[in-house]
Amino acid sequence: MTLEPTGPDAATAPGEVIARREGMFGVHGTGDTSGYGGLSTHVELPGASTPPYGGWMDEVATALQAAAAAAGVESAVEKVVVYRGEITFFIRREDIAAVAKLLRDDVLLRFELCSGVSGVHYPDDAGRELHAVYHLLSMTHNRRIRLEVTIPDADPHVDSVCATYPTADWHERETFDFFGIIFDGHPALTRIQMPDDWPGHPQRKDYPLGGIPVEYKGATVPPPDERRSYN
Amino acid sequence: MTADPYAATESATTEGKVYTVTGQDWDSIVAGIAEDHDDKVVVNMGPQHPSTHGVLRLILELEGETVTEARCGIGYLHTGIEKNMEFRTWVQGVTFCTRMDYLSPFFNEMTYSLGVEGLLDISTDIPEKAQVMRVLLMELNRISSHLVCIATGGMEIGALTVMTIGFRERELVLDLFELITGLRMNHAFIRPGGVAQDMPAGALDEIRDFVALMKKRLPEYADLCNANPIFKARLVDVGHLDLAGCLALGLTGPPLRATGYGWDLRKMQPYSGYEDYDFEVCTWDTADSYGRFRIRLNEMWESLKIVEQCVERLAGLEGAPVMVADKKIAWPSQLAIGSDGMGNSLDHIKHIMGESMEGLIHHFKLVTEGFRVPAGQAYVPIESPRGELGAHVVSDGGTRPYRVHFRDPSFTNLQATSVMSEGGMVADVIVAIASIDPVMGGVDR
Repeated sequence: MTLEPTGPDAATAPGEVIARREGMFGVHGTGDTSGYGGLSTHVELPGASTPPYGGWMDEVATALQAAAAAAGVESAVEKVVVYRGEITFFIRREDIAAVAKLLRDDVLLRFELCSGVSGVHYPDDAGRELHAVYHLLSMTHNRRIRLEVTIPDADPHVDSVCATYPTADWHERETFDFFGIIFDGHPALTRIQMPDDWPGHPQRKDYPLGGIPVEYKGATVPPPDERRSYN
Repeated sequence: MTADPYAATESATTEGKVYTVTGQDWDSIVAGIAEDHDDKVVVNMGPQHPSTHGVLRLILELEGETVTEARCGIGYLHTGIEKNMEFRTWVQGVTFCTRMDYLSPFFNEMTYSLGVEGLLDISTDIPEKAQVMRVLLMELNRISSHLVCIATGGMEIGALTVMTIGFRERELVLDLFELITGLRMNHAFIRPGGVAQDMPAGALDEIRDFVALMKKRLPEYADLCNANPIFKARLVDVGHLDLAGCLALGLTGPPLRATGYGWDLRKMQPYSGYEDYDFEVCTWDTADSYGRFRIRLNEMWESLKIVEQCVERLAGLEGAPVMVADKKIAWPSQLAIGSDGMGNSLDHIKHIMGESMEGLIHHFKLVTEGFRVPAGQAYVPIESPRGELGAHVVSDGGTRPYRVHFRDPSFTNLQATSVMSEGGMVADVIVAIASIDPVMGGVDR
């Protein structure tokens, strides 16, 4: 069994637009003398793929669909994205705990190891600002998949997968600490890296990096988040 | 005489009396417990403690000398590396992540670079020599990391000779790193697209000498420890965690292999050409601290085997490229020793200033703006000395990482502290944690 991409990337729908960018170099308004003020681009993540995904990915997708239907959560998988040889299942927010259990226990799936939970913040993607990303490994079949759950910033709740994967304990605490995602059912959801009384969630995009200008040989170097940006 | 503002004070809480102990001042505790006839003591150990492997805080509930509950407090070395990386270019990210797990810097660089290369879709374009050099550096790094683990683990149980010889040998590896990359740690040498520099002249001979010397010195560790009754008394059956426990808690690396399960990503999901090397996955079947120690010892032998094969291959790759051919990705890192000890390669400056307008544009664009990485996400884990190390790399199509999250094995493995030490003796907590080999730089990032 190999993890190499088993074929060309499956056919994909148009990408998902998550943000728009205006201008260039991070300057806006009358101060913008860059000549790029009228530039408008959008940020597009890879879109949903349609089967066949190629190789073992179809087996996993089919087995997951069958297991989900048997467990009464047949619409748990919102979409599947195959990109650069990795497969991502977008899971409906309310079903993540149930799906995690299926993925671990089903004979055809057997994802025994959770490599952790990570968060991503897309502030401009209305209603889907926060993403919780889970990486699962099946040692039995030597396969890796990714689960992704989108969570609205207005109601940052998602069920904990700690009951299925006890290793998610610290990872969920870390994601809560840095993004403010509240994992319901977690045994003790407290901050883990930042001090207990820390205000805010530092990895969110609206949280500043901080820093002070540094003087060097008469010139002043601004802090990293105030330097010219090409994004 | 004025009151000492730093003197230990005593106070009471709803949970019981609080003793603040400094230095070796345990008399107040002994007296206090004798008064209250209370056997249960909650001891806060660390974050500044010589045997907690850096700034790890342990909260231990003791009954006599038995640990009834053990919890970890982490975050004392959190430096916001992941956040900082979002404000630098993709190549500069290497400079940050190399500082996370400071005992295995090449592995941090490697998993990040693999993720970025995956998104750039250039994984198959990395030159062979760069792949071999990466493997060489990682395996040398595995040796130095395991040496520190064995050395500090030995020191914590009083085996000071193990500590001194461990650091003696590690110094030899660091000398090789300095020769090849210019730095003893924090190298930023493995970069998206390849490695920064070619092998310096004479490096292969130095590595051959090192391998020959290590083959003489590694048996010393076995002689000192393997059958040593004191060493075994401290390690055997301590910090026990079986396969089910490892999988549930996400433990990988030596703790997982000590249960007899030979899971090693170098074999199971090879990267950087590991499938071309001849080496064995080391396992042990005791699932305890002693087994983890023996695995690390054996893995150093296997790493030496891989290093030898790398040297052989590199000898036939003289002058081959070490960076991807795409000039829009290959960071201009040609250096020469100038009058101040460091400087740009004169050949490169001549090229961009005198010969190639295109070369100058590439240099300028890469250094100021950096390259763009197609939007998407990647996770390419590797087998670090401590287990599965992976970087979840997310790009929004820009010149900076949108989000990078590192799944550090120290962080995950440290969760086993409670289950490994509860019910045991307080002295065994130290051994159990040492057998996990957590590096707080990686835990806290």
